[in-house]
Amino acid sequence: MAGAAAQGAGAPGGVGGALRRAWFPALLGIALTATVLFLTLPIVAIFVDSGPGRLLDALGDPSSRDALRLSLVTTTIAMAVVVVVGTPAAYLLATRRFRGRELVVTLVELPLVLPPAVAGIGLLAALGPRGLLGGALEDAGIRLVLETAGVVVALVFVSAPFFLRAAQTAFAAVDPRWHEASRTLGASEARTFVRIAVPAALPGLAAGLALAWGRALGEFGATLMFAGSFRGITQTVPLAIYDRFATDFDGALALSAVLVAVSAGLLLSVKLIARDALR
Amino acid sequence: MLSVELRTRIGALDLDVALDVPAGRCLALAGPSGAGKTTVLRAIAGLLRPDAGRIDCGGATWLDTAGGVALAPELRGCGYLFQDYALFGHLSAWRNVAYGLHELPRRERRPRALELLASFGIGERLAGKRPAQLSGGERQRVALARALGPRPRLLLLDEPLSALDARTRAGAGRELARLLRALEVPAVLVTHDFGEAALLGDEVAVLDGGRIVQRGTAARLAAAPASGFVADFTGAAVLTGRVNERHGDSGLTVIALDGGGVVSATDAGEGDVAVSVHPWEVTIEPAASAAGGSAHNRLEAEVVSVTEIGNRVRVGLALPQPFTAEVTRASVERLGLAPGARVVAVWKAAATRVTPR
Repeated sequence: MAGAAAQGAGAPGGVGGALRRAWFPALLGIALTATVLFLTLPIVAIFVDSGPGRLLDALGDPSSRDALRLSLVTTTIAMAVVVVVGTPAAYLLATRRFRGRELVVTLVELPLVLPPAVAGIGLLAALGPRGLLGGALEDAGIRLVLETAGVVVALVFVSAPFFLRAAQTAFAAVDPRWHEASRTLGASEARTFVRIAVPAALPGLAAGLALAWGRALGEFGATLMFAGSFRGITQTVPLAIYDRFATDFDGALALSAVLVAVSAGLLLSVKLIARDALR
Repeated sequence: MLSVELRTRIGALDLDVALDVPAGRCLALAGPSGAGKTTVLRAIAGLLRPDAGRIDCGGATWLDTAGGVALAPELRGCGYLFQDYALFGHLSAWRNVAYGLHELPRRERRPRALELLASFGIGERLAGKRPAQLSGGERQRVALARALGPRPRLLLLDEPLSALDARTRAGAGRELARLLRALEVPAVLVTHDFGEAALLGDEVAVLDGGRIVQRGTAARLAAAPASGFVADFTGAAVLTGRVNERHGDSGLTVIALDGGGVVSATDAGEGDVAVSVHPWEVTIEPAASAAGGSAHNRLEAEVVSVTEIGNRVRVGLALPQPFTAEVTRASVERLGLAPGARVVAVWKAAATRVTPR
């Protein structure tokens, strides 16, 4: 930097020349600083305002504990469904070329751009009592609306595309000749998928899982419209926060801090586990 | 015994190849890039399904498009050495080798993998490393151990030396040649380098534009190329011309070169031909030297380049057609060869091959 400035002083324009050269890096730095401040300020504020004591109080409250337990159970089941079904689906999309592939990719990404309220209405129209498949579900004895199972359905719907996108990218980045080498070494397609493709794509799969899990933990709109907000049955942490917001702002703040801590902890551990699995 | 017949279209290339390789022999499939060499290997391994064809190996039918047979790659038992080895990057060297040993009980795989690696000069310390931490030569040996570990019925090698730097290549080439001689199953090797084909193949099949244009031992290909393309590929200097006449008494064919000059050859030929001669058959004399016998070709030439390669010197000439001679360093000094010098290139009519273009 000093060298560049010295050169600038010698060049026509002097200090003005140096300024003219330095304005762009300065602009980049200002933009990044503003971005980081704006994006972290609310999170910092939640912890500053609630404080560690109130955080523990929030955890001591039974309704908070119910919400936290429900959030962890429903997101875990939702993530299991997303990973078990989504991983082979993403592998197919990433490794095969077939007619209509682009269309399929777009269709599975569609929930990404859907407003949560629209997602909730859509789920009701499809799986609600008077929805497209409502009759069939009722005959099979399956009730989703206003049930914990409905929460899981809503979470899978909104979070699956995050995992599918990341998993597709991860599988596409695996050298296609590894598949071929595996086949010539006597491994079937299924064995190649389990032993080569998945382990090689694991960091990308874990990143996708972390994103999807974070999205599921924060899910609000679709769950509220499709499953409602009943304590212990469908009231996840975001719904419990909203429930308190009008009457008990401090309680809502403390519960928010808990959610942020749990989300960050999950993100971190998923990434660490994936990294260790590769060792 | 491997026997292959296949026809397929890959983009603009129309591939039509038939070849057979006895057990214990190595066929080098040689040709320029884009000739369809790798496509042939992939079809044999089952990684690509040709439009039509039949592949039999060791008494089993792997592919018969007419009979609706197409064995999956994992059932063929081909050892395949990929061009840049395709080692699994997330597995250590020994796990790469153990991956193919899944017919062994689990607890025997590691000792067997280490044993195989050791036979290729990869010790236990290197065996625990990932491919990215190994050198090119080490990677090649791990890939060979991996390909041969499951005792394949056929070995396929795609440019086995091209991923190595020049220093490693000579040694690795000799090692590979020894390994191929000891191999009891058929082997097919793909290379764009004639020297490599000659070193590693018992026989060489030259592939051009999807067809095998000539097949034989490397020595035979160099001595009697079937076309100007094969001659050029074997490293001969190739000139183009047209047959003028055939002398009844001397038995020589006289060819007028495109762009000027006349050469004679003991080979017969007709119409437009390619004339080829190996650079080491050509000697260089001063411009004003006395004429020799009629059995010698003598062409005036201008020196274009002088390149020292080991103890030989490669001299690029303009006849005006581009031409190459290989001489000793002593003659370069004696003749004062430098770009721009006028000289006479001399070679025997008997060393001159005449082929269709």
